[in-house]
Amino acid sequence: MESKKLSIINHPLSITKVDQVGISDRVSRITKRSVKNEAKIYGLKMALSMIDLTTLEGADTVNKVKQLCYKGMHLHDSYGDLPTVAAICVYPNFVGLAKEQLKGSGINVASVATAFPSGNSSLEVKITDTKMAIDAGADEVDMVISRGKFHQGEYNYVFDEIAKIKEVCGKHARLKTILETGELGSLDNVRKASDIAMYAGSDFIKTSTGKISPAATLPVTLVMLEAIKDYYYETGIQIGMKPAGGISNAKLALQYLMLVKETLGDKWLTNEWFRFGASSLANDVLMQLEKQRTGNYQSKDYFSKD
Amino acid sequence: MSRIEVLKTYKMYIGGKFPRTESGIHYPQLDSKGNPIANMCKASRKDFRNTVVEARKAQEPWANRTAYNRSQILYRIAEMLEGRKAQFIEELMQMGTTKKQAENEVFTSIDRLIYYAGWADKYQQISSSVNPVSGAFFNFSMHEPTGVVAVIAPEENGLIGLVSTIAPIIVSGNSCIVLASESKALCSISFAEVINSSDVPGGVINILTGNALELIPHFSTHMDVNSLLYCGNNKKAIQLMKENSVTNLKRIVVKKDIDWMKDENESPYFITKFTEVKTTWHPIEKIGASGSGY
Repeated sequence: MESKKLSIINHPLSITKVDQVGISDRVSRITKRSVKNEAKIYGLKMALSMIDLTTLEGADTVNKVKQLCYKGMHLHDSYGDLPTVAAICVYPNFVGLAKEQLKGSGINVASVATAFPSGNSSLEVKITDTKMAIDAGADEVDMVISRGKFHQGEYNYVFDEIAKIKEVCGKHARLKTILETGELGSLDNVRKASDIAMYAGSDFIKTSTGKISPAATLPVTLVMLEAIKDYYYETGIQIGMKPAGGISNAKLALQYLMLVKETLGDKWLTNEWFRFGASSLANDVLMQLEKQRTGNYQSKDYFSKD
Repeated sequence: MSRIEVLKTYKMYIGGKFPRTESGIHYPQLDSKGNPIANMCKASRKDFRNTVVEARKAQEPWANRTAYNRSQILYRIAEMLEGRKAQFIEELMQMGTTKKQAENEVFTSIDRLIYYAGWADKYQQISSSVNPVSGAFFNFSMHEPTGVVAVIAPEENGLIGLVSTIAPIIVSGNSCIVLASESKALCSISFAEVINSSDVPGGVINILTGNALELIPHFSTHMDVNSLLYCGNNKKAIQLMKENSVTNLKRIVVKKDIDWMKDENESPYFITKFTEVKTTWHPIEKIGASGSGY
């Protein structure tokens, strides 16, 4: 694996400083744009197909997960011709159930693991957690990095941990690494954590657990996309991106897609390389699609909740 | 050289804030002689859409407040209006009413707010009922707010039209989006300032200014608006609203040729126009020698 050859600490990318003013300027240009009509409908459908429909609550029940799986397969049947979501994201103990519910639908099952959301546990526990998800059939594993270790400067620990989990995932599952950017403090740290995660072997880098605020933001996502771009130029390896948490409206989703298109290009504009982690985004996108179709602004009352 | 007057550009009142129109379009407010006295925002479709989001957010918490608290807040609006009556009288006169009429309109508005404040914790008792049914059930019907109500306020009056439509709608726990009189809009935003300083939670009352005919198609098709009050007599507009309302079975209420200054146009029946009746069947058991079932 390449990660063994490259030492992140000595790698020039690890000291990349982020141009904060540049980032916020770029983002503010994106947010001022307006997408209309056919382009909007195209973008909205694309956004739907990229959603990891998520439920990560202490109160999750068997029926809640079943319902969510059904929603993922039947977003809004009366519209017709809609894609399904990309994946259903649940805790490891619900993976088996979700897998069974989604059989034949082409929708992946993603599972959070490694003592989600805090990541405060031993490596053994994290490995067991990951194995449990994979044994149950998870197609994707969303791990969290050890933010505490990161802040203590133990980058090697963070790196090794990701590499170890990647090893556990092997060929069975793609690994998404959650940086929890809301706890990293600065864009420089986001960049540093992105580099660590990619060089350690992640298939995806993901902004947040959705458990703390701020979760995903456009500036943080742009920094991570830039990191992916540099890594791609460096190694030729394509890494996916998943902003998660706080993306609850269609307009914002389109802005994310614009960022991806203009930072990484069309190659990333599929659900193999870009995902939204969200629980309520789907309904807002559906409402916008119905608005485009009927001409009338929609109400939540006419869309299924989960 | 004479001084060029600086005319105030009034903003709208949406979700407890005073934003400008998203469209950037304004129209001049004229006095009775046709001279411009201010600039008003011309609300667009998107302004309305954004307002519905705010009104929807505010509605449930407002309905969940106690009737007693809603009463206090309506009374508070009246108090604040009383404190600023001189300004409103002057504004009404600027828009072409005589001093006597203006005073009368402001005083009637204040009194009307107090009238509806009083009804907050009473209209349900008057309008609800216990229904005789054949079976072992305690059956009762009561009124609940309809939800988000859009209002095309009367064109003829600047203030009383606004107060007479807003007060009975919000008293039961609805939130409202009011399009103020286009030609007499000056008072409407001053009234929004009064509302803003009267403990009314942001989003419960929203006031837009602009052209009714332009906005009626959007008011009547929006799926998240539960009811629409139209004060006016444009037959085409009324027909259009009724046709459009079928998308979500919006309740359409039309008030034609009403003299809002008259006492007969304040009534608890006006409150129940914007409520829905909920009937509950509750099983009971016969207890006591009298056979009473409660």
